[in-house]
Amino acid sequence: MSAWETVIGLEIHVQLATKTKIFSSASTAVGAEPNSHASLVDLAMPGTLPVLNREAVNMAVKFGLAVGAEINRRSAFERKNYFYPDLPKGYQTTQLAEPIVGTGNIELILDDGSRKTVRIHHAHLEEDAGKSLHEDFHGMTGIDLNRAGTPLIEVVTEPDMRSAEEAVAFARTLHSLVTAIGICDGEMSQGSLRFDVNVSVRRKGEEKLGTRTETKNLNSFRFMEMAIKKEVERQIDILEDGGSITQETRLFNGDTGVSRSMRSKEDANDYRYFPCPDLLPVMLSEEQIIELKNSLPELPAQRLGRFVEQYGLSDYDARILSSDLATSDYFEAVAERSDDAKLAANWIMGELTARLNAEERSIKECPMSASHLAELIARLKDNTISSKIAKQVFEACWNGEGSPDQVIEARGLKQVSDSGELQKMVDKIIAENTTQAEAYRAADEAKRKKMFGFFVGQAMKASQGKANPQQINELLMKALEG
Amino acid sequence: MAIDQDTVLKVAHLARLHVSAEQSQALAGRLSDILNMVDQLQQAEVDNIAPLAHPLDVSQPLREDVVQPADLRDRVLPLAPASEGSCFLVPRVIE
Repeated sequence: MSAWETVIGLEIHVQLATKTKIFSSASTAVGAEPNSHASLVDLAMPGTLPVLNREAVNMAVKFGLAVGAEINRRSAFERKNYFYPDLPKGYQTTQLAEPIVGTGNIELILDDGSRKTVRIHHAHLEEDAGKSLHEDFHGMTGIDLNRAGTPLIEVVTEPDMRSAEEAVAFARTLHSLVTAIGICDGEMSQGSLRFDVNVSVRRKGEEKLGTRTETKNLNSFRFMEMAIKKEVERQIDILEDGGSITQETRLFNGDTGVSRSMRSKEDANDYRYFPCPDLLPVMLSEEQIIELKNSLPELPAQRLGRFVEQYGLSDYDARILSSDLATSDYFEAVAERSDDAKLAANWIMGELTARLNAEERSIKECPMSASHLAELIARLKDNTISSKIAKQVFEACWNGEGSPDQVIEARGLKQVSDSGELQKMVDKIIAENTTQAEAYRAADEAKRKKMFGFFVGQAMKASQGKANPQQINELLMKALEG
Repeated sequence: MAIDQDTVLKVAHLARLHVSAEQSQALAGRLSDILNMVDQLQQAEVDNIAPLAHPLDVSQPLREDVVQPADLRDRVLPLAPASEGSCFLVPRVIE
């Protein structure tokens, strides 16, 4: 075991799924022509004033309620001053001293089934910056302000995570939470959720935190895990060689797996925060908060508990199936229609997920409808088909050959359970393989088991996989040992 | 509280203001005067008063989340020192 302990805190930018920007009525839709969604406010034209988006406030409050956080009845905006061309005002409007969401908690279930609570320090409302485009502008940088002013909440955790795996588990849990409550579309590749990781290491048993570095703007779980592991290694190498860690911001390149220093972290004072005179304090009424609380859907953690309770799933299965709404809905539809939650869970986490992953599709784009999968499971259960044949039927349904019943009918895949027919088949196999049958009868118990497989294989071959395996086993056993 | 020339130059740099050495000396004196006044204000007894984020005793009105057209490219791109296609151009920024 390593002599070092890793300490990780996260700052997560969550793009809110509002239709318009936080301070202007320009659209937040992605994919538009550059600068076609930039109003006078977003362009920072002199004389313009921001007007706060009600929905952005509501979404921030919903987040706070979902993590059991203090909701601040009064919050205020400040200006964070710095110069960068994708921020035309010269400051970012954000919250510092009086954020809208105070301390809260998020509970994780780790891969080994254990639970861990990560404390939320606070979450605040702020605006996103535009985009700097470094390609194709012959030595210049192109600026697209469509994203400027998109509402964000920045969620800041306490340094409660102790490994890259825990940090990723947190990230996934947060992702499933914000998508479940409908405040973020969760499209990581579009930058809808961006993670800054603060990493430090210390000797085991040491109380004092080590010097940390911040790696910014990680937008996939995989990159996040890679970046943390690399950074931990880097810091331990430096410290074991007698060096010291410089507090700095680092950038991680997912393609090369290498991080480099971006700039040494200025002390917070350099941003010269001050209250934004253009915006009044945001006041929330009790009624508004209660109304938002009542509007929250079932949260992933609640759903997980319900899946264990209602469907008898294991913690592990329940966690996977409850992680996002589309998967949960699909599972519940299959479980209810097939009346077998366990089989539904197995098929979804097994065959279905494997196919989706192979084709890089999300469950929303799944070509196999929940009712078809339920029908397939029902045919398995009523012994119309064997589990081997079920995979064939699944394949055919996936490829659009119709419903399971149609496929079974069209391809003649119905399991043969007619005992007369099966008996004839067994008699024929024994007759054609007299040498093996005699060898079987002469063999001792231990060897018989292995030899028995040969006859089952023959039967399956003869029936093209359609023989009811249980009946075949019984009939063969009788014929051989009879 | 006194403010020295180095601090003046640092703050000027952060605000991207060009301040010469001579100016910084004069500014140091004037900014010190302002800070001295703040020092005086600090002596006021405010322990039981909540900090003020805004001088007006009203709260922020909120806007409904409804999109208004905001395509001003034809009017604003020509105002920029440089542009190409639909983008503003600035000297290369290396991250």
